Order: sequence, then structure tokens, then C-alpha cells
Amino acid sequence: MIQVENLYKKFGKNEVLSGLNLTIDKGGIFAVLGPNGSGKTTLIKSILGMVVPNKGDVSVSGIAIKKNWKYRQEIDYLPQIANFPGNLKVKELIRMIKDIRQRPSDEQTLIELFKLDSFLDKKLSTLSGGTRQKVNIVLAFMFDCPLLILDEPTTGLDPASLIRLKELIKKEKANGKTILITSHIMQFVAEVADEIIYLLEGKIYFKGSIEQLKKKTDQTDLEHAIAAIATTPANA
Amino acid sequence: MLKILKYSFYDLIRSRWSYVYFLFYLLLGFVLLFLNNDVSKAVITLMNIIIVLVPLIGTIFGVMYYYNSKEFIELLLAQPIKRSSIFLGQYLGVAGSLTLSLVLGLGIPFVLYGLFKSDAIFDFSLLLVTGAFLTLIFTALSFNIALSNENKIKGFGYAVLLWLFMAVIYDGLFLMSLIIFKEYPLDTFSLVATMFNPIDLSRTLILLKLDISALLGYTGAVFKQFFGTDKGLFISIFMLVLWTVIPIWRLSYKAKRQDF
Ligand SMILES: Nc1ncnc2c1ncn2[C@@H]1O[C@H](COP(=O)(O)OP(=O)(O)OP(=O)(O)O)[C@@H](O)[C@H]1O
Ligand SMILES: [Mg+2]
Repeated sequence: MIQVENLYKKFGKNEVLSGLNLTIDKGGIFAVLGPNGSGKTTLIKSILGMVVPNKGDVSVSGIAIKKNWKYRQEIDYLPQIANFPGNLKVKELIRMIKDIRQRPSDEQTLIELFKLDSFLDKKLSTLSGGTRQKVNIVLAFMFDCPLLILDEPTTGLDPASLIRLKELIKKEKANGKTILITSHIMQFVAEVADEIIYLLEGKIYFKGSIEQLKKKTDQTDLEHAIAAIATTPANA
Repeated sequence: MLKILKYSFYDLIRSRWSYVYFLFYLLLGFVLLFLNNDVSKAVITLMNIIIVLVPLIGTIFGVMYYYNSKEFIELLLAQPIKRSSIFLGQYLGVAGSLTLSLVLGLGIPFVLYGLFKSDAIFDFSLLLVTGAFLTLIFTALSFNIALSNENKIKGFGYAVLLWLFMAVIYDGLFLMSLIIFKEYPLDTFSLVATMFNPIDLSRTLILLKLDISALLGYTGAVFKQFFGTDKGLFISIFMLVLWTVIPIWRLSYKAKRQDF
């Protein structure tokens, strides 16, 4: 599904990704973890073609993404920071994205699920942070793409919405999708993730199941395992 | 790209500023015609206004629109759309709506006044064509500046400086060099210097078509020999096209390499 080979990215002098390799081939939920500023968003944006790497290759479904844009038809993306054009109404935004993507969509169920009906006629600039995140979720889930990339999907959600989001994610997994998630909420990760990808110093420091991670770090819960991982030698 | 163009165009049509700009030209057209009561004279006054104002509006509007639509651009970048289509669509949306405001705003009063019966129609069309070029050129330049400057204040500052340089400072430098080097033959120099500033180029083009080259003083005769001919007209239009195409090309080149 996703292949990242020897990826390098610098912002000025700040080398964020230094020779990162990653292969994800089957469906399931992959949690991309790492400290703030470790390059999770940068990696995701490189896969989406929003960040242009200095070196290395990325391919999605066997197609090299360089100079290509059609592969994004198969990707649904939820950005970490939901920057929307403020002067649009929620329903105008949804209609516009549908018009651009031209594929079947199921926004109505999602709007009901997250109780967004009363916000459809509001301008995006007037929404609260959590409501905006719900709109963000609707836009990411309304198409039926095989690859779903969620950058911090839980940001700002109340507990009830968080439960709905988890159900939604599990349902998509059951449909056989590949889902890439970043999050700092370990409880959430422990609940949904099949595999952990831990980013540190521009490389994949650990990749494996939660069980493997716990065993490796000698910890009993995920939160402590993640906290301990950076002090554990990579090939212990 | 057509979809992006459609959305940015709608967005602008809905915004107050397009109407203000349109109404301004409409009013200007009517006032000039009724004050002068003479199409040719109105065209000259209009030229003086257009040559300065159109680049300014194109520059400011371009920078403002780019920064305001950053969120929209980010949203589109994750969609299955070619990058250059996003930026060109946005650019054409702004430049197109500005050009439309200009052409309709001035065109309507002149048509109502009876332009088609007057022999100033060619001068007037030339005025609108150069106005359209200036809009395309300065919007493209300002998009370039905004794309290269994350900081809005800086981008805005550079854009205004660019306009100031092209509209005012360039002429000053040009005149000064004419005075300093007056012992030397300066015909070629003046011609080339004019070519390298789209505002000067447009002004010269119109003035010479209006047959008032005497106003140009020193180099008037040389200019008339050059710009007055069909070849001169052709080369000038070609230069204006270059001035339009190069910034657009750079915009698309730069956009492809930018991180978002
Ligand atoms: N467009 C950019 N220009 C300059 N530096 C950038 C840019 N985007 C990211 N960076 C830098 O790259 C580094 C990695 O950022 P990134 O957003 O990928 O981190 P992250 O792992 O997603 O962090 P977080 O957990 O806070 O979301 C940071 O130091 C950040 O400052
Ligand atoms: Mg991030």
C-alpha cells in the first residue's frame, strides 16, 4: 500500500527526516507515534505530496507519487490543523469538496452521527474548535477510499464524540482499509491500533505490535512503554 | 483547473471589492465623458489613471487574495488535483475578475456614449487591452511575491514597493540617466529601458497611438519611429505577453517546489 524509501527532508537547517524507510502493505490500523516535532506530520504530508522531500521515494499502491496527483483519489486525509476557508458555510464546504472529488459520498450519516445538522448553515470561522474538528472528520470519512490518513483525529473532541470516532475507525478497519493515525493519547492508540510505528531522530525507531513493544521495553502498559522506548537501544 | 477557477471566481464575485472596483470604473467612465464631452480627451485622462491605478489594484488585490485563500489552497493540496492547476486557477480567478471589472466598468459608459460611431474606438480598445495586460502582469507578480513570503506584512510591503518602483521610481531613474548621459546617443537605451517596465511600455504605446509624441520630448521622434510602426506595436505587445507569461511560469514552477 505505502512504500517509503530513504526519505530525507530538511526545513532550512532543521533535518526532520533522515533516511526514513517504511513499508505498509496490508490493511489495518497503524499508529505513527513520536515526540512533538519528530516529523510525523512531515512524513504524512510527504506521502500526500504536500511536502516535497529532498531525497528519497514514496509510492502509494505501487505508483511513485512524484509528479503524480491522481493517486490522491484513493486517499482520505484529516489534517492536524483544520484550516478551512472561514467565509464558507459548512454545507458549502462539503458540497465543494464533493464537487471536486466526484465520487460517491456518505456525508449525511456522518452529519447525523456528530450532530452537525444545526451547524450546516454556519460559517466555518464562527465554529468552536471541536465542532470544526467534527467537520474535519466528516470531510475525511465521507468518501470510501482504501487509504485513510488521520493526523491527530481526537483533538478537541468531547468524550461522546470520541467514542463515535473510535467506532467509525473500527468500522473502516473492518471494511479492510489501511488507516494511518497519529495521536498522543495512548489510551486511544492502545484501543484502536494494530501496529505501532515510532519515529525518532528522523527514522523509524520501532515498528511492531503493542505486545512486542511492551516486551521490548519491559513495561506493562503502552504509555510507559512509549515513555521508555527512547532510552531502550534500538536493536535490543 | 476549471473547477478551481470557478470557485475562486465565484468567491470574488461574491466579495464586495469586485463591485467597488467595477463601480469605480463605471463612475469614472461616465464622469469623464460628461466632463470632457469628447471621447479622445477622455481616453487620455483615463490612460493617466489606468496606467497607475490598474497595477496598484492588481498588486494589492493579488497579495490580499493569496493570503486570504491560503486555507483553501491547503485544503485543495490534499485533493486529487494537480498543483499547478490550483495556483493557476486561483490566479486566473483573481486576474479574470479584475479584468472583467475594468473592461465592463469602462466599456459600458463608452458604449452608451456612442463609442462605436466615434473614431476613437481603436485608441479605446488599445487602452482596455493594455489595462487587461497590466492587470494580468501585476497580479501574477504579486502572487509570486506572496508565494515566496510566508510573512504577510513582508509580502505586502514587497508588493507595494514593486508597484512604487515600477510606477514612480523607475521613471525617475530613467530621466536622471537621460540627464547624466545626455552627451551620448541614448535612443537604444531609452527604447530598451521602456521595454523593461510594463507600465512605461503601456504608456508609450498609448501615447504614440494617440499621436501626441511631442509630449514625450527628447526621445519622442525615435519612439515614434519605433512604436508608431506596426512592427513596433507588434514588438510591444510581444513584450507585454512576455511580461505576463514569465511571472505565471515562475508561479507554477515555484508552487511545485513549495512545502505546505
Ligand atoms: N513548513 C515548515 N517549515 C519549516 N519547518 C517546518 C515546517 N513544517 C514542519 N517543520 C518543522 O519540522 C519539524 C517536524 O514537524 P512535524 O509537524 O512533522 O512534527 P510532528 O511529529 O507532527 O509533531 P506534533 O506531535 O507536534 O504534531 C518541526 O521541528 C517543525 O518545526
Ligand atoms: Mg503533527
